[in-house]
Amino acid sequence: MSKMDWISIGMVTDIPLRGARCVNTPQGKIGVFRTAEDQVFAIEDHCPHKGGPLSQGIVHGASVTCPLHNWVFSLETGEALGADEGSVRTIPLKVEDGRLFIALDVLASKAA
Amino acid sequence: MTERLIIIGNGMAPGRMLEHLLEAAPDRYQVTIFNAEPRVNYDRIMLSPVLSGEKDYEEIIIHGDGWYIKHDITLYKGHKIVAIDRQAKTVTSDHGVTEPYDKLVIATGSVPFIIPVPGSDMAGVLTYRDLDDVNAMLLAAQSRAKAVVIGGGLLGLEAAAGLSLRGMDVTVLHVMPTLMERQLDAAAGYLLQRAVEARGIKVLTKANTKAIAGNGKVEGIELADGTTVPADLVVMAVGIRPNAGLAKEAGIETNRGIVVDHGMRTSDPDILALGECAEVGGQVYGLVAPLYEMARVAAARLAGDDTAAFVHSDTPTKLKVTGIDLYSLGDFADGDDREEIVLRDAAAGVYKRLVLKDNRIIGTVLYGETSDGAWFNDLKKKQTDISEMRDTLIFGQAYQGGSPLDPMAAVAALADDAEICGCNGVCKGKITSTITAKGLTSLDDVRAHTKASASCGSCTGLVEQLMSLTLGDAYNPTAVQPMCGCTDFGHDDVRRLIKAKRLKTIPAVMQELQWKTSCGCAKCRPALNYYLVCDWPDEYADDYQSRFINERVHANIQKDGTYSVVPRMWGGVTNSNELRAIADVVDKFEIPLVKVTGGQRIDMLGIRKEDLPAVWADLGKAGFVSGHAYAKGLRTVKTCVGSDWCRFGTQDSTGLGIRIEKFMWGSWTPAKVKMAVSGCPRNCAEATCKDVGVICVDSGYEIHFAGAAGLDIKGTEVLGLVKTEDEALEAIVALTQMYREQARYLERIYKWAKRVGVAEIKRQILDDAEKRKAYYDRFVFSQKFAQVDPWSERVSGKDKHEFRPLASVGFAEAAE
Repeated sequence: MSKMDWISIGMVTDIPLRGARCVNTPQGKIGVFRTAEDQVFAIEDHCPHKGGPLSQGIVHGASVTCPLHNWVFSLETGEALGADEGSVRTIPLKVEDGRLFIALDVLASKAA
Repeated sequence: MTERLIIIGNGMAPGRMLEHLLEAAPDRYQVTIFNAEPRVNYDRIMLSPVLSGEKDYEEIIIHGDGWYIKHDITLYKGHKIVAIDRQAKTVTSDHGVTEPYDKLVIATGSVPFIIPVPGSDMAGVLTYRDLDDVNAMLLAAQSRAKAVVIGGGLLGLEAAAGLSLRGMDVTVLHVMPTLMERQLDAAAGYLLQRAVEARGIKVLTKANTKAIAGNGKVEGIELADGTTVPADLVVMAVGIRPNAGLAKEAGIETNRGIVVDHGMRTSDPDILALGECAEVGGQVYGLVAPLYEMARVAAARLAGDDTAAFVHSDTPTKLKVTGIDLYSLGDFADGDDREEIVLRDAAAGVYKRLVLKDNRIIGTVLYGETSDGAWFNDLKKKQTDISEMRDTLIFGQAYQGGSPLDPMAAVAALADDAEICGCNGVCKGKITSTITAKGLTSLDDVRAHTKASASCGSCTGLVEQLMSLTLGDAYNPTAVQPMCGCTDFGHDDVRRLIKAKRLKTIPAVMQELQWKTSCGCAKCRPALNYYLVCDWPDEYADDYQSRFINERVHANIQKDGTYSVVPRMWGGVTNSNELRAIADVVDKFEIPLVKVTGGQRIDMLGIRKEDLPAVWADLGKAGFVSGHAYAKGLRTVKTCVGSDWCRFGTQDSTGLGIRIEKFMWGSWTPAKVKMAVSGCPRNCAEATCKDVGVICVDSGYEIHFAGAAGLDIKGTEVLGLVKTEDEALEAIVALTQMYREQARYLERIYKWAKRVGVAEIKRQILDDAEKRKAYYDRFVFSQKFAQVDPWSERVSGKDKHEFRPLASVGFAEAAE
């Protein structure tokens, strides 16, 4: 599938500033983050270290600290910051009139 | 032959367009204007100075009646166009005037957005848009005392400042956590709020208006959290909407506004639109600079220049409130490919932030000192590579080549009466003047002469900084371990300065203590949140986004992302009803593991996050409240059965344990606090390895503290022996409060005690009755705000978003 299918997942304002919510998908959970500056990002809700739910971490700047062992990830690139090495998948996300959409074809291709 | 040009609307954009048009093609059109407002063209931006009394209406007129006569323009004042007939090419006003056109310009501007809450149509509810609104506000200001402005954006704050200058008692309600959040980041928003409050205007953030109360006329605002703000006048300044209704009815393409191309032409080639009603390149505009750009383009097109095109450019935001300087421009969101340079000068109330991408400025926020705004804007526009001047860029154009700021500026900026040493009540002025007068050069000397840092020692870092400031290079302080990479201050310094400078929000701390990041990190934010909760229990609004997940959802996260739940069992005592309720919950939610904890209670493990509120609801029905097993706070008070049952028991240790737990539950502490009460020196409750322990003896209660049985193993220290239960409780509470006020975040009691010294703690808690009472009273006061069961709150719906996924998507596709 080459076409981007955008799926509505809710409003930006459903997520607290400096917070996150998760979205259930057949391929696992996605964390959707909203920063202090009102930017939004979506990444796999699964820390590559020990599988911690990143959506439960503290959001600071455009990064999140994993609640289990304090790995820090860039929300933008999904790369671990600092001394740790690893990354999480980033999910295409767009905002239209305050509504959030994620791209499903990425999910599908991941399942395939 | 002259063509007939009709303009609907007479605001600033069409006014400017006419000026350009008369210059470029003075004789091409016969111009007719229909203005719904019964007046000439005036400078809408200057309405705020009219409201505040700094200007008169006459002073803000752009084109007086004479100008229209001179240019032979027909102006219909107070005529609202109600229909456009595109076939016949005519417009008709509400007074029945119909005029034909060859070219039509729609400049209907925008309409203020009214929050659709009950009561919003009542007398006394105004918007802030035109001179009529200003006149209505001025009239209201004469006779009414209390005004509420809904909306803490540009317009709302200007309205609030104006009404306040007119003598009204003004409150601003803003739905977001910080003012002007679309233009400013949280730090600048904090400074702005402080400046607005300094003018006597009250500001309520996160204030969600539910209804406007009153009987025919306004009496107050009801907020979603249940509070009511009294008001005689309500001004809604929550935003504007392009006024595109007329164009839409005429069948012209509209979206958010009237859709125009880059030549300002609508879907009808003979009709142009400009101003706030126009949507160009998918964007609508509200600030004057782009509107003037539209005016230039529209005039050129009408004059026959078919190449003129609108170009988007970022427009700086400035607030027109006398004495408040702020400037914001461009994109200032965080990002990986972005870097920020932050300068905070606490003394001068200055905050500057530049956001860089690839060594080029993409965003600027300036507060307090905005003179370099134009320079930064210029660098941004020209996409200048700033790597050469990076180190000094933030200081502005004049400082290129200058030296960076003094890192001790925040301490230097403290007032002389700012308290440095809380134990001995010593102010900054006393320390610096004594250093100079007595020629002191060592920390011990300063301690001896001023008593500052001579007790608990937590202000040592600050005293040393004062010595450096006073003595210059002659003094070399010992290095303090900073809290984290966001600041040079250590925990103790931050705690002292929060008190001394009366800082009551996280943005306030970050600004006044010159944080190096805009949003902190996962290390400093939870620490600051605790310090503020501890120091200002009644005033500080707990910031849940700065708490670790366990304290945010009031359960313990497990390695697989599920949670464990531990209800309180006071003193480790339970009964059949409680046990039955637990058994039922375990069955109902198929909880995989039930375990008895070391703290004499029951842990249910493996609960899905979504189930937590339902689990708590069932437990709550049996009388359970949260056990705070997840908290940096009071955990358990272990007991033995004591004199009621045990043949060796000397006192009612179970009763005392329950009494302590019921008194102290809910309190937040720097690290977890575990207690125990044993009924005799056989010590079955293992009180001598706890944070606080009591050993009951025949003659009374021996109070222990600073034990450890975790990473370190350490027997307790003895605080002393007291005779009664009441005395025991008072001493334990006072000790805990001293620890709450002095320890560093995540520092257990035994580590704090080692730092401060057991002797000093004994002196303050046992020997000094007045100090003890003061600590005790402060704890009791803070409990008024802390003793709320977080589980029942969440069963009632608080923080619902924490427990529900935002969405579930893609499952249908997966089934294919």
